Amino acid sequence: MSVALRILDDGAWLSVNDQRRVSVSELWRVYAPEFCECALVDFIAEGFTNVSADGRDVAVTTYGQCIACGESGVPGRLPVGYIHKGEYRNYDRENIVMQPIGGRPGGNQQ
Amino acid sequence: MVDAETDCLQVGPLGECMPTDVENWKSEVYGNEIREHLMEFAEEGWESIPEDEHDAWFERFKWWGLYHQRNGQESYFMMRIGTPNGVLKPGQTEVVAEIADEYARGPAQNPEFGDGYVDWTTRQSIQLHWIKLEDIPEIFDKLEANGLSTQQACGDSWRNIVGNPMAGKAPEFVDAWPVIKELNETFKGDDDHANLPRKWKVSVTGSPDGSGQGDINDLALEPAYKEIDGEEVRGFNVRVGGGLSRKEPRLARDIDVFVRPENAADVAGGISALFREHGDREDRYNARIKFLVDEWGTEKMRRVLQEEFVDFELESAGEDIREQYTYNAGGEEHGDLIGVHEQRDGNYYVGLNVLVGRMGADDTLELAAIAEKYGSGEVRISQRQNVMITDIPEAALDDLLDEPLLADYSPDPHPFMRGSVACTGTEFCSLSIVETKNRQVRYARWLKENVELPDGVADFHIHLSGCTASCAQPQIADISLRGMKTRKNGEPVEALDIGLGGGLGENPQFADWVGQRVPADEVPGAIENLLATFEANREGGETFREFIARHDEAELEAFIEPEETSYTDPYMHNTKMTWYPYAEEDGMDASPAPTDGEGNSIDATPADD
Repeated sequence: MSVALRILDDGAWLSVNDQRRVSVSELWRVYAPEFCECALVDFIAEGFTNVSADGRDVAVTTYGQCIACGESGVPGRLPVGYIHKGEYRNYDRENIVMQPIGGRPGGNQQ
Repeated sequence: MVDAETDCLQVGPLGECMPTDVENWKSEVYGNEIREHLMEFAEEGWESIPEDEHDAWFERFKWWGLYHQRNGQESYFMMRIGTPNGVLKPGQTEVVAEIADEYARGPAQNPEFGDGYVDWTTRQSIQLHWIKLEDIPEIFDKLEANGLSTQQACGDSWRNIVGNPMAGKAPEFVDAWPVIKELNETFKGDDDHANLPRKWKVSVTGSPDGSGQGDINDLALEPAYKEIDGEEVRGFNVRVGGGLSRKEPRLARDIDVFVRPENAADVAGGISALFREHGDREDRYNARIKFLVDEWGTEKMRRVLQEEFVDFELESAGEDIREQYTYNAGGEEHGDLIGVHEQRDGNYYVGLNVLVGRMGADDTLELAAIAEKYGSGEVRISQRQNVMITDIPEAALDDLLDEPLLADYSPDPHPFMRGSVACTGTEFCSLSIVETKNRQVRYARWLKENVELPDGVADFHIHLSGCTASCAQPQIADISLRGMKTRKNGEPVEALDIGLGGGLGENPQFADWVGQRVPADEVPGAIENLLATFEANREGGETFREFIARHDEAELEAFIEPEETSYTDPYMHNTKMTWYPYAEEDGMDASPAPTDGEGNSIDATPADD
C-alpha cells in the first residue's frame, strides 16, 4: 500500500494520506552536534521544505532554531514517524531524541 | 512518490524532477472551473469529498477564497471576501455583517470577541471564520447578489488589489480608482491569469501619501509624472518584486517604466504574464516574483517585459513623488486615515480604529447603519485593519462623532490602540506558531494603562505576526513581533522575536530583528523599558525611527530588556497543540471537528499512534 506524503501550505505541515499529521511550532530534542554546540538541540520546527521516506522512517527536512542557543538552519532530515504495515504512525516526538538521517544538507535555507 | 536521496520535491519513475503536487492539481482543475466541484461537494456535504483528495481540493478551494482551518478544526473554513481597494459600496457592509452573524459562528467562543465576527485585513479584505462547506452556496448567492465575491481572494492568482482606500475621494496626484476597477474587472476570472506560479499581490496608489504600501507588493503602481511631447503626463512608475514572507523581505524594485493610466492594464497584464511564464513552478518556496527579480535583475525584467509581453514601446520611469510620502514614514504625521478628514468634494470621511481589525457582527451591522445614516452608506477598509465611513456632510459630523459605536471604535484612539496590527494566529491558522489577536489586544490595553509615551510620540506601530509569513506586516512597524517559542523555568512557552525600526515612506526600512525568543509575558515589559531608554537617550526631537537608525545592532540588542510586569498572558502554553486555544476543554481529543452541515460531530479520527 502506498502512502502519500506531502508538505503543504508554505511548509506549515506534513500531510500523510491527506491528513495533517505534523505541524510547525512543535519542539523537538535533536541530537545533532554539527548543528550547534548544545548537547541536545532544543529545536523549534518553523517550516518544512521536504519529506522523504527512508526505509520505514518518514523524515522531514525542517528549518528552525535551537531555542537554547539561537542557532538557526536545517539540522537534517528528521524522522517524525514511520510506516508500519502500510500505515503511517507518529513517533512520540515530545518524548524522544531525534537524530537526523544522513548529514546536515547545508546551511540556513530559510 | 517521494525520494530520500534527492532534494527534489517530486521524483518521477526515471528519477526526473517532477512538478509539485500543487502544480499537478492546478493543471487538472483550477480557476473558475473549481466552483462547479465546490458546489457539488457543498450540496452533498463534507463527507462527499473523497478522503484521498482532501489536500488537492483544499488547495484548489483557496482560489475561491476558502482556506481550510487548521488541525483540530477540520471541515471549517476561513472565507475571504476580496474588496478591491477596500471599498464596500452602500449596502455591502450590512451584507457582510449578516453573513457573519448567520454563518460565522463556531463551536466555541473567543473570550475577547465572542463569536460571529468580521476581520478587516491588512490587504483591505474581509475574513470570516467557522464557515461550513454546506453553507457556501447560500453565502455565495448572498454575496454575489450584492456585488461581492470571494473569487481569487486566495490561491495562485491576482489577489485583492490594494491602495489608498480613499481613492476617488481624498486628494490624489493621479486618479487611481478607475485603474483599480479596470484591473480588478480584467484580471478577476481571466483564465489567462488564473493559474500563476504563486500569489500575485498588486498595489495601485494615486495619492501622494504612500498609503498604498506599494513597496511590499509583487507589483506596485506608484504616482509619478513625466514630460512627454512637451506636456506633463501623470501616471505611475512601476516597481516589481516586493514582499515580506519567509524571512526574505524585499522592497519592490524600480524597473524604469512609466505607465499612463490608460495603459496600466496592458503593462500590469504583461508583467503578470511574464510571471506566469518565467516564475518557478518546481519550487513553491522560490516561486514569488521577488526571487525572479533577484535572479534576473531589473534590467532583464524590463527587457523581457518589452520584448515578449507588451506590444508598444515602454516609457522610461517618470519623476516620482516619494518625498511627499507621510504614511508610516516615521515622522510626526499619522498618515493612517484615522480621524476626520475632508474629501475633495467638500464632504468628510471619518476613519475609525478597529483594534487588531476584528469587529463583532452586531457592531459591523451598526457600522453599516451609521454609514447609511450619516454618509452614502459606503465603508472603506485600510491596510492598518481599520475602517472609514465616507461622504459625510460637514453638518452631520458632530452627530456621527456622538454615536455610541465610536466609543469602542475611536476616531481619536490612544497611540497604542491605533498602532496595533495582528494577524489571525493559532486561533485558526496552520502556519502560525503563537496566539496573536487576543494577545495584541491585551498588550495594547496594558501599554495604554501603564506606559507613558515619550513627548511628541503620537504614532507608534506594533505589529504582531504569528510566523514568518508576515501577514501582520511586522517588518514595517516601529516594534515588530514575530511568533517563536522558548523555555521558561524549563517549560516550553510562546515567545516572540522583536524587531525595531521598520517603516515605509520615501526611504522604507525593514525592522532589524534584535530581540530573540522573548517569553510572551515579558514583551510588554521589554517595550516599556525600550521606550524609557528612548526617552532618556534621544537627541533633541529625534523620532523613534531615527533613534533606532542611529544605533548599531549590538546597541539595539542591549535596548531589549525583557521583564515580567503586572501584565498576565493566558496563552503561554502551546496554543497550536489545542483544537481551539480558548475552549474550556482545549485538547485535540476534545475537538468536535469535523462536523456536518448542522455542526454535529462526524467521527473521523485517524488511526494512530
